[in-house]
Order: sequence, then structure tokens, then C-alpha cells
Amino acid sequence: MRLTCPLCGDRDRREFYYYGSDDYLDRPGPEAPASAWDDYLHNRDNPAGITRDLWYHEQGCAQWLAVTRSTVTHEILRVELVAGLKGARE
Amino acid sequence: MPDLIAKPALDAAPVTRGGATLALLDSGPITSIALFPGGEKAASKGLKTIGLTFPGPGTWVAKDAARIVWTGREQAFLIGAPAPALDGAAVTDQSDGWAGFGLSGPGAEAVLARLVPLDLRAAAFPVGRAARAALNHMSLVLLRTGPEAFELYTFRSMARTAWHELVEAMEKLEARAAVKG
Repeated sequence: MRLTCPLCGDRDRREFYYYGSDDYLDRPGPEAPASAWDDYLHNRDNPAGITRDLWYHEQGCAQWLAVTRSTVTHEILRVELVAGLKGARE
Repeated sequence: MPDLIAKPALDAAPVTRGGATLALLDSGPITSIALFPGGEKAASKGLKTIGLTFPGPGTWVAKDAARIVWTGREQAFLIGAPAPALDGAAVTDQSDGWAGFGLSGPGAEAVLARLVPLDLRAAAFPVGRAARAALNHMSLVLLRTGPEAFELYTFRSMARTAWHELVEAMEKLEARAAVKG
């Protein structure tokens, strides 16, 4: 498996650290209800199909990446810099 | 303040094995230039005073002895010259944090092929390219400086290990060439 880092190009999967679902990008506000925190911390979809998760390019540019992939075909559909996503903090 | 005596990262004479020569580099100052959000224009203005521009991802540029190397998103290392006054970026001295090695000769690509998981053939990684990658398990800044020449920078704390592993790869290539006749 290889990921195409937007900065470094095509790289081996072992250069990356897997973190988890991109749910981690939507942290609830401090006043959010307990159910929102429950969702954020514990509840994950487990789709047979398209999913998006976070990877860290540890042995490369040290950037967080949002990787869209298919759990059925193992196809990598898109790799984006988390820093470049809409709403990412400057 | 006491005078500090600059010392090389390790005491090692150049080694030539397996068609490649490995030597320690005396690179001079190394300065990290980490752009603030939207700071590229201001930083480029400062770099222009020494004839350099901020490098794009995976590249390096040089002017005389000074070169600037892409090392990450909105970050570059200025090597071989003191940093000019510039705005728009965090400028920090990294000179004593990194150890530089020069690897050259017809066997240099083959040596790196054993340690760096990148396609480093000239067609894929020509002169002027740079990469953040791994030298075995170590963090690496790699530059191609000539058709048969590379520069490698690792954390200074790992200089001895990096040297050992590079020499080992060179010895194995030499041994293999001897067996082939």
C-alpha cells in the first residue's frame, strides 16, 4: 500500500502513522452536550466502502493527512493536507 | 559567556568502498526558516538580499556557498550562510542539531537504495531535488547535488549510527561486486 503525500509524493505506507477516523477533526465546543462528546470520543462508523481517516507522515514532511479510501477495494481515492482543509486553523 | 568550541559530530576520515565515497560535511550554519501563516512574501524579500528564494516542496536552490532546502510544509533550512534579516518567519539556529554527510561516486545511488525507500535514480530524483525521508529508521534530509553526488543530513545525536549504516551498505556492495568478479 502506498499513499501519495501532497508534499512528498508517492511514499510507502510504513512512513505513515495511522491515527483514526476523521471524526477527530470535529472536536465539540466546550459547552457541547455529553452526547456530542460521546460521539467524538467513542462512536465510529465502520463502513464497507468509502471512509476517511487521519494519517501522520512521520518519516517525511511531518504533516497530518486526510486519506479517503475504500475499505472494500483498498483503493486510495484522495490524500489531502489537514492543514489545507476548510476550517483548518491557521 | 564562555567560548564554545565547535566540534564535528564524529571523528571519521572519508571512506571509499563499493564505488562510493562517504565524508563528513562542514556545512557551516544551518538555520530553520519556518513561515508564519501568509509570511512567504515577507520572508522571500529577506532571502532575496542573499540571492535566494523560498524553495518549493522537494527542491533546493543555491547561490554561491548558501543553499536553501525545503524541509517541510512552509519550512526550509538555510545552509552554509548566516541568515539575513527577514520577516514573516520564525528563524532559529539549528547548526548544532544536524550532522551532514556527503556521499558521491558511481555507487552512491546503489548505497542509498539499501537505506532510503525512495526512487533516487537521476530520472526520478534529479539534481536540485530534496526530500524528507528515512535513512533506515532515522529522520533524513536528502539533497541531490550532482549526477553522482548526494548530501545527507540526520539528527546529530544519530551521526555515529548513520555513518555506521552507510559504511556497512558500502562494504556489502563492495563484497557483492567482488563475488561477481
